[in-house]
Amino acid sequence: MLDWLADLITFRLLGLSPETRLAESVRYFLYDTAKVLLMLALIIYVVAVIRSFFPPERARRLLSGRSQFLGHVAAALLGIVTPFCSCSAVPLFIGFTEAGIPLGVTFSFLISSPMVNEVALILLWGLFGWRIALLYIATGVTVAIVAGVIIGRLHLEGWVEDYVYQIKMGETAEEVLTWPARHERALQFTTDLLKRIWPYVLVGIGIGAFIHGYAPQDFLVRFAGPANPLAVPVAVAIGVPLYSNAAGTIPIVQALMEKGLPMGTSLAFMMAVTALSLPEMVILRRVLKPRLIAVFVGIMTVTIIFVGYLFNAIL
Amino acid sequence: MDIKILGTGCPNCQRLEAHVRQAASDLGLTADIGKVTDIAQIMKYGVMRTPGLLIDGQVKMAGRVPTLDEVRRILETAGATPAGPAPAGAAPAGR
Repeated sequence: MLDWLADLITFRLLGLSPETRLAESVRYFLYDTAKVLLMLALIIYVVAVIRSFFPPERARRLLSGRSQFLGHVAAALLGIVTPFCSCSAVPLFIGFTEAGIPLGVTFSFLISSPMVNEVALILLWGLFGWRIALLYIATGVTVAIVAGVIIGRLHLEGWVEDYVYQIKMGETAEEVLTWPARHERALQFTTDLLKRIWPYVLVGIGIGAFIHGYAPQDFLVRFAGPANPLAVPVAVAIGVPLYSNAAGTIPIVQALMEKGLPMGTSLAFMMAVTALSLPEMVILRRVLKPRLIAVFVGIMTVTIIFVGYLFNAIL
Repeated sequence: MDIKILGTGCPNCQRLEAHVRQAASDLGLTADIGKVTDIAQIMKYGVMRTPGLLIDGQVKMAGRVPTLDEVRRILETAGATPAGPAPAGAAPAGR
């Protein structure tokens, strides 16, 4: 249906002749925009309803007093379903610490939460198919577990700001929500999020459409192909300053993959975009000493680069 | 009525404050609207997600910015049951 609509607008309404680069780009832009915006609206809503069952207070309760390894796995999985915005990173970190959740387990949560987010998943699913979306989830959860375990083993509790350990948290009852309330909130969340990200989606798809129509086939293979060992670290380095703007970057990555960017490099790039964000580091600085932030960034960078090489080798 | 916005100054906290001020003036409430920005204080109320809304010592909402309509409803309900002697214990509690 969307195919037909994009064809209609491109060839009939705008009168562009098929087979030209402009027509190819315009068609691609219209089709992807319609598809992605529809999927975003639908799935953000569904995810918001699911998340209404997993407030952070519940994650905190579920994670306290859990054994080490299971704790990391549970934290990485809860990170996906718990609604969390980086502005709440500080109270969340303190709340977890206060409940006696080990530092490494808290990190597993803090890593998986932004990395495996609904916007990234929808775009991956819509533009690359469900296999790659699943691959991204599985890899993201694994990275969160591994990095959390390493941070736990290093015993860096002393590199957390001291005041964190002195805070005593009050008790609140978990909020009981009715279905209409879940629906109302999910709807509000969806419209708020869409309003915020749609310009990035359009710009991203626009750049992607330009690349799709104008960049020569396989032009990336020459300098970013599997033969170049530096491609993965460079992709990660480019990804870090594009913090958490999955909405804008994934459509560009899709177009680049079409032109020969390998899967591993693309995955590493997207993980760097979502998981390593400068504003989040600035926020976390309020509870972590700079040394711990440096260790965190270092471990994440190495792990993500490793993921890139791994998938370039096996796919 | 004593209203406090719990939050460390993020954009969402400012949006919540704007909604609260608007709602209070719409309803003609005489409310004392303040802010709690110290993280240790915020945590004392058991709030792990900012922004939070505290009315007469009770956490009414946390972790999102409710619509202006919803804030009006929250204030109306809170105003209808004045913080008199009734609620046992002044301990902060969710709904």
